[in-house]
Amino acid sequence: MAVIKKSAGDHIFDFINAVFMCFMIVITLYPFIYVVMASLSVPKLFLAHTGLLLRPVGFSLESYEAVLRNPNIKIGYVNTVFIVVVGTLCNVIATAIGAYVLSRKGPFWKGPLMFIIVITMFVGGGLVPNYILIQNLGLYNSLWSLILPGLISTHNMIVMRTAFQGIPESLEESARIDGANDWTILFKVIIPLAIPTMAVISLFYAVSHWNSWFSAMIYLKDKTKYPLQLVLREIIVQSQVSDMTTMDSYMDRYAVSQTVKYATIMVATIPILCVYPFLQKYFVKGVMIGAIKG
Amino acid sequence: MEFTEKQKGRKHMAAKSLSPAGTRKKGVGAMLKRDFMKYKGIYALAVPVLAYFIIFKYIPMYGITIAFKNYVPTKGIFGSDWVGFEHFMRFFKSVYFKRTVLNTLIISVYDVIFGFPAPIIFALLLNEVKNNIFKRTIQTITYLPHFISTVVIAGMIIDFTSQNGLINNIIALFGGERTDMLMRPEMFRGIYIISGIWQGVGWGSIIYLSALSSIDQEQYEAAYIDGANRWQQAINVTLPGIMPTITILFILKIGGLMSVGSEKILLLYSPVTYETADIISTFIYRKGLLDMDYSFSTAVGLFNSIINIILLSTANALSRKVNETSLW
Repeated sequence: MAVIKKSAGDHIFDFINAVFMCFMIVITLYPFIYVVMASLSVPKLFLAHTGLLLRPVGFSLESYEAVLRNPNIKIGYVNTVFIVVVGTLCNVIATAIGAYVLSRKGPFWKGPLMFIIVITMFVGGGLVPNYILIQNLGLYNSLWSLILPGLISTHNMIVMRTAFQGIPESLEESARIDGANDWTILFKVIIPLAIPTMAVISLFYAVSHWNSWFSAMIYLKDKTKYPLQLVLREIIVQSQVSDMTTMDSYMDRYAVSQTVKYATIMVATIPILCVYPFLQKYFVKGVMIGAIKG
Repeated sequence: MEFTEKQKGRKHMAAKSLSPAGTRKKGVGAMLKRDFMKYKGIYALAVPVLAYFIIFKYIPMYGITIAFKNYVPTKGIFGSDWVGFEHFMRFFKSVYFKRTVLNTLIISVYDVIFGFPAPIIFALLLNEVKNNIFKRTIQTITYLPHFISTVVIAGMIIDFTSQNGLINNIIALFGGERTDMLMRPEMFRGIYIISGIWQGVGWGSIIYLSALSSIDQEQYEAAYIDGANRWQQAINVTLPGIMPTITILFILKIGGLMSVGSEKILLLYSPVTYETADIISTFIYRKGLLDMDYSFSTAVGLFNSIINIILLSTANALSRKVNETSLW
C-alpha cells in the first residue's frame, strides 16, 4: 500500500477541519449547557443576566423544587413509562410475528401480502380518517390509542424480516421434526438467534414512544392520562407554569417561570441523556441495518 | 408425491397429503385448503398481522372517501352524502391554497438546498478526521440532538429566541437589536431550517459515513498516483462513490417535499406567523381537528398525498434515467 504524503495544504486543511469539528461540538453542547446552568440559577438573578452563561448565576435548586412539586410531571412520567414499556413490548411481539410470517417459505400469497404491507409506507389514510377510526373503535381517550395504531412499523418489520431470513432453515426444520409449531419456533428458535436486531428495534420503538406527543394531544382528553411530552408541551411551549409557581409577587413568579422551564426540560431529558451513551452504538447499528436493506 | 407449483419445502408435511395421481382437486378453493393444511401455523400467525394492517392502515384509506362527501359523524362514512369535488374546489379557490402550498414548497425547497447537503458535507469532513478518539467523540456528541424530543427542542427554541433569550443575548453582545424572533414571519423559515440542521446533521451523517467507508481505498491510491490532490480526490473518487446513497436519499426527500414535518411547526407557529409558517399539514390539522371540518380537511390531505406520489414517481423516474439508481 502506497503511503500518501501530506502536503502543507493538507495540514492546513486538517487544522481547519479540527477547528470546525470543535465548533460543531461546542454548538451542539452549548444549548444543553445553557439549559443546565439556567435551571440551577437563582431566578431573579437569571432574569437580570444578559449574555452567555458558563455557570449558574447564583445557585438555587428552587426551580427543580417547583418542577418536582408539580403533580402533572409525575403523572406524565407514569403514563409515559407505561406507554414505553407496554407499548414497546406489544410493538416488538407484533413486529416479530409479522417478520416471521414474511420471512418463512410459506403460503402462495406471501408476495402479494408483502406488497400490500409495503404500500402502507407510502400511502396512508391521513389525519382525519385515522381520527375517525380511533373514535369508531372506542379508543378515544384511551392510552391504547397511542399503542395500537402504530403497532407495527413496516420499516422495522422489514429490518427484522431480513434478520430472520438470515437464520438457516435447517434449524427450523429440526425444530419442526421435534414437533414444534410455528409459535414455538418463533419464540424459542428464531428470536433468540436474532437478539441484536431485536434489541435495536426495541430501542427504536421505545425512543419513539418516549418522544411522542402529537397522538396523545389529539386522542387524549383526560389530563391524568397525558404522557410526559404533552405535560412538557404545556409547560415549555405554552408557558402554563402557574401550577408550579407559588410566590406572591408577579415579578417573582415571572422570574421563576423562566428558570422553571429550563428545570423542566432537564427533568424530562435527563433519562435520555443517561441512557443514550450506552445505547448509542446500538442505534447506529440499527440505522446501518436499515440502510443496507433500503 | 405432491408439490404445489411454487413451494418446495416441508417434504414431511407434503407426505401427509399424499393422494393418488389424477385425483388432485383443482380450483382456488382447493388450492387454498391445501396451502392452509401445509402452513397452518403461518396462517394462524398471519391473521392478526393482516388484521392490524387492514384495520389501522386500509380502513382509514377507505375513509379518504369522505373527501368526496359531506361527512357527518352521525351518518357514518357510508351514509354521508356525495358531493364530488366540492371540497377540492373550495380549497383551490380559497385564500389558504396559495399560502399553504407556497409555504410548504418554500420550506421544503430550503430544506433540500440547505438541509440535505449538510449531513453529506459533515460526513465528508468527519471522514477526514484521522484521530479515532476525536472522531468518536464528535460522533457521540453530534448524534445526541436527534434523540431529544420535538417538544423539548421547541421549548428550547422558544426560550432562546425570545426577547431576552440566549440568541438575543448573543446578538446584543455584537451590538444588534433584540427582537422576539418567533413573532417575525420572515424569520420563521430560517429558525425552522437551522434548528432542523442542528438537530439532524449528526445523525444524518451516519448513513453517508457508512457509504464512505465502503469506498475502495485503492481508488484513492490510484488517484494519488495520478497526481490528484485531496480536493481532486474528493471530487473524483469520494463523490462518485457515495452517489448512489445520495441519490436514493434525495429521491426520498423529494417524495416527502409536500409533507414537511409538521410537529415542530405546530409547536412553534402562531397566528402571527401563519403567513410564512402555515403549511398544508398544519392547515389540515386546524381545519380537521380544531374546526372539525372533516371532509374538507381530508380533501386537502388527499391533494397533498397525490402531489407527493407524483413528486416521488417523477424523482424516481428522472433518477433512473440520469443515474441508473432508483427506488423502483
